[in-house]
Parts: sequence; C-alpha cells; structure tokens
Amino acid sequence: MSDATEGADLSRAGSDIPAGKNLAVRGVFFACALVTVLTTFGIVVVLVDGALGFFREETLFELLASVGAGILAGSPTEALEALRSGLAARVTVTEFLFGTEWSPIIRPRSYGILPLVWGTMIIVVGSALIALPVGTATAIYLSEYADRRVRKVIKPTLEILAGIPTIVYGFFALSFITPLIQRFFPETGTFNAAAGAIVVGIMIIPMVSSLSEDAMSAVPDDLRNAAYGLGATKFEVSTDVVFPASLSGVIASYILAISRAIGETMAVTLAVGMQPNVTLNPLEPAQTMTAYMVQIGISDVSVGSIGYQSLFAVGLLLFAMTLAMNLLSLQIKGRYQEEYQ
Amino acid sequence: MSDSYSTTDETTDSEAANSTDTGTEARRPGETLDETTPSIQEIPERETVIEATDLTVHYGDVEALKPVNVRLPEQEVTAIIGPSGCGKSTFLRCINRMNDMVDAARVGGELRYRGTNVYGDEVDPVALRRRIGMVFQKPNPFPKSIYDNVAYGLKIQGYDGDIDARVEESLRNAALWDEVKNQLDSSGLDLSGGQQQRLCIARAIAPDPEVILMDEPASALDPVATAKVEDLIDELAEEYTVIIVTHNMQQAARISDKTAVFLTGGKLVEFGDTNRIFENPENQRVEDYITGKFG
Ligand SMILES: Nc1ncnc2c1ncn2[C@@H]1O[C@H](COP(=O)(O)OP(=O)(O)O)[C@@H](O)[C@H]1O
Ligand SMILES: [Mg+2]
Repeated sequence: MSDATEGADLSRAGSDIPAGKNLAVRGVFFACALVTVLTTFGIVVVLVDGALGFFREETLFELLASVGAGILAGSPTEALEALRSGLAARVTVTEFLFGTEWSPIIRPRSYGILPLVWGTMIIVVGSALIALPVGTATAIYLSEYADRRVRKVIKPTLEILAGIPTIVYGFFALSFITPLIQRFFPETGTFNAAAGAIVVGIMIIPMVSSLSEDAMSAVPDDLRNAAYGLGATKFEVSTDVVFPASLSGVIASYILAISRAIGETMAVTLAVGMQPNVTLNPLEPAQTMTAYMVQIGISDVSVGSIGYQSLFAVGLLLFAMTLAMNLLSLQIKGRYQEEYQ
Repeated sequence: MSDSYSTTDETTDSEAANSTDTGTEARRPGETLDETTPSIQEIPERETVIEATDLTVHYGDVEALKPVNVRLPEQEVTAIIGPSGCGKSTFLRCINRMNDMVDAARVGGELRYRGTNVYGDEVDPVALRRRIGMVFQKPNPFPKSIYDNVAYGLKIQGYDGDIDARVEESLRNAALWDEVKNQLDSSGLDLSGGQQQRLCIARAIAPDPEVILMDEPASALDPVATAKVEDLIDELAEEYTVIIVTHNMQQAARISDKTAVFLTGGKLVEFGDTNRIFENPENQRVEDYITGKFG
C-alpha cells in the first residue's frame, strides 16, 4: 500500500500474472478467432482458383506458376505467352449462366447451369412453401399461445429436429415420403423433387420457428398490453401487433432458412436424384447444384478436366447465392435492431 | 422517498383545486369503507360503475390485495394512491382483467361492472375491455402511423361509422389534433413522450369506452407534458369514468373527485371524497402517508 502523499497504486489490476503473459493469452484467443477468418478466405481462394480453371485454360495457381516461370527465366515474351494461353477461354461465363443444357462430362458437352439452378430452385420454393408458414405459425404459437409446460416439450423437440443428420432426412424421404407420394401418384419415380422439397421443408422449420420466435419474444409486452387493453383477441394481437413488430427478424429467419435450403446436400441427393431436369413437375427426378457436386466429387473424373473444374464453378455460384442471402438477412436484422432500441 | 411532499402545500393545493366542485363536501363527516351511503347534503350520489366485493389477488402464494370493498362512481375521477408496491396497479388490472395475462395471478371475490361480475364464467374479457379502456404508465404507441394507432381499436371493434371523423375527434379530445393533423401518416414513435401519451389516450377513447383506467399515466413525462395530461383528464371526466393510479399526491388532489388510499400489504385503507381524505383523513396511517411521514 502506498501512503496518501504518493497517491493510490493503480499500476496493476490486482493479479500477479505478468503483463507479458496477459499478452500471450490475448494472442492465443486472437489466433483462434483468426482461424475462421483465414478458413473463409481460403475457401474463397480455392473456389476462385478452381473456377478460373473452368472458364479459362489454367487455374489461378497454374497461371501464376507458368507466368512466374517465364519471368524467372528472364523472358517477358514467354511470360506474356503463358498468360495468353493460360487465359484462353474454355467456357464463357455467358454460356455457364444462361445456357440451358448441362452435360460437362458426357458428349456432346454443354455447360449451361440452368438445369441445376432450376433443380435447386424447385427445392427452395417447395420447401419454403412448407417451412415458412409452418415455422411462422409455430413461432406465433410458442411466443403467444403456449403455456410454459407445452413450450417445455415443443422447444426441445424442435432442437432435436434441427440436430438430425441430413442424410437421415434423405433416407426418411426415400423410405417414407416417396412411398407415401406414390400411393397417391403411382407414376412418381423413386427419385423426385417433391419428396426432396418436403423433407428439406421439414428440416428448415426449426430454423424459421426458433429465429422467428426470438424476434417475437423481443417485442415488448407494452405493445401487447396496448392491444389487449383495446379489446383485441389473442389472434389479433399476434397478427396485428406482434407479427408486424417482429417482421424484420422473421424475414431474416426466412432468408437464412432459404439459404440453408439452397446449400442442402445429402437429403436432396438421396431424395431428388442426379438427373438435371428443367421441369415443373415435382414428381420427376431432378438434380440440384449440390447434388451435382456430390456426383462429381465421388466420380472418377480426372483432376484438371473440365468436368472436375466445373465443380468449382458450381460451388462458387452456390457460395455467392448463400452469401448474398446471409448478407441480406444481416442487413434486415440490423435495421430491426435500430427500430427497437 | 419520492412520494413525500410538504404538508402545507399539499392541503392548500388540494383545496384550491377542488373548492369549486366539491367544496361543499369538505366538512361533512367522512365516509368509511363499510359505509358508502351518501350523506344528506350531497348532490345526488352518482351511480356505481365498479363495485368490488372482497376482491383479492394473489401472485403465487403472495397476497397482493387484501379483501377490497369499494364502489366507484360513474363520471368522476377516482384517484388510487399509495406507496409503491401496495397493489394499486394490481387493483386497476382487476377491473379490465388485464391480470389474466399474468400467469401467477389469481383473483378472488367479486368485481362488478354495472352489476355484472367480470370474473363470472360467461364474461368474455375481450368484450369487457371494449367497454373499459386503459392507458399505461409508459407511453406505448404501436409502431404504426398516428392514424392507425387511433383507428386500431375502431377496426378491431368493427366500428361502422366514419373512421376518419372518429380519429380526428379522438385526437381533438386528447388535445393532440393541432400538433399532429399534418402528419397523421408518420409513425407514432416519432412523437415526443408527452405527445405519445396523449396519442395513447386518444387511442383509448376512440372506441368510446365507458371507463378509462390510467396507471400512472404521467409518471414518465416532464412537468409540462404532465400538466397537459392532467388538464386532459379533467376534461375526460365530463364524458367518462376515469380511474387513475398515481403515486403523486398533489396530482391526486388536483384532478380527482374521489380518492382511494392503499397502504403497504395491499389493503385499501380509506376511500372517500378527495377533499375530505386530504384534509381530514380518518385513518392515522393515511394521515401519516398524506403528510409525508412515510411512503
Ligand atoms: N406479475 C407479478 N408477479 C408477481 N408479483 C407481482 C406481479 N406484479 C406485482 N406483483 C407484486 O404485487 C405487489 C403489488 O404490486 P403493484 O400492484 O404493481 O403495486 P403498485 O402498482 O402499487 O406499485 C408488489 O409486491 C409486487 O411485487
Ligand atoms: Mg404500479
């Protein structure tokens, strides 16, 4: 203890850990946080690198290597030549995005991704038609109607539902949903889009309901009381007050759920099949972008072939779609928080 | 404590505020809880709107309201005062059954609105709340436009008249029309706190309830906004029965005709004409409370 004339000793916060050690601890935590950032960055680099090998003759790293070799050899012309040949087009972006035929392995080859995007969209739209209403109603029920005992049963059930491995959902679709559909529509194939949409819909219900319920529970009771005090029924309070007041959070949950449906892989590969197909008939098989990536991933196409490189192009597009969704959801949620604090 | 005010100011204020309408009653013998019969000199006693008989409330095992017996007259302002935690809000919420929303709350005894026990089996609390409006402590406009805030009660209650006209009338009665008539489409949340509370009052009176309950409606407002709301309550009393909870005794003295004093433990200790209560309380503890000895 220092005496009064010298003032209080505030140099150390009571702990005997030397300052250097504190710094080390901080460094370890920082490194852990950095892992996620680096991984994200690494994934983007790998996707872009591989996708370049789909659209151009060489991948990003191959290109850097060949151009680098030219420069090291002290020959600018060689380097330029390497750049030129490396950047020679294989598939144009226009063909990729707007072509309507997807057959990167079997001749005659064509690289229009539309059939895969179509397959993904059928699943997204179909599953959203199921999950958004059911998830929203579940959220309203949990936040406005259910008493504590019921909530105690339903919430853990939803968490279990959310935790089931997606491949199990796939088997559930194959062994239960598809036979059920076949009972009503006998022409339905073993693989069909409907079963995939239904099972993905069920899979993303917990996401919609739990995030929406969080948003609804955050609506201040003051607002509910205001409406009840005017003689509103529970239903009116839910639809006129709670739902609109939580709308941004609810929409954010929709977007995240849709993003999840876009990226869903195992269940749709098992249930929907591997046949690129532009059709409105949900009883036919189809192929999503993710299922295609599974197909290539387990096939024996040779590394560097156009079929192999297409994996990265499809993956990059998939990543761009889910990223856009997630950013949108973040933005909507940000606006929501401004409104209420 | 926030509730202690200087004794002399208190009585002078209340006298001044009430001398015109209730001055004649000031010196007559006080009423007690058990004896609410009118005295002879009084202008005819108004009809009873709310009548509590052995009304009790428990939150879980905790008794928040000891058996309350009281009759509240129509078209008057009744103030409910008492130290914080004494059950004022609990009593108020019994009247329009807002206690239904509190899981732990259990209500016993009877509370009659125009003779009907509102806790009877056949009573729909939604229908009850359409007759008894409520204004809350913290202004709570919906995150909707000013217009929609006022029109909401009309819409859910299936009002088939001219909604625009009714919205305007309600805003005028809430002394807010001139301030917002050019921005009816902007959000109710954009108003100041005092304006928001007047908006909430407009919203409550729009469906034309018979009774308006107010739970410390001015406690979150600054003095200027408070004065406006108090003036408003005065005017509302011409048309509506107003029951207002306040922990501000000067406010109770200024604006109310009748006063009910709850004291700690959830007991309604004294009820009567405001003047009489403030000048000549029967109960020693009420006197101590009013004169600021505790609270
Ligand atoms: N929702 C509730 N759950 C449990 N106890 C409550 C609840 N609301 C109020 N109480 C208790 O009931 C008593 C009366 O509260 P209240 O009516 O709010 O008092 P006042 O409005 O006079 O300040 C207090 O002791 C309070 O703690
Ligand atoms: Mg209170």
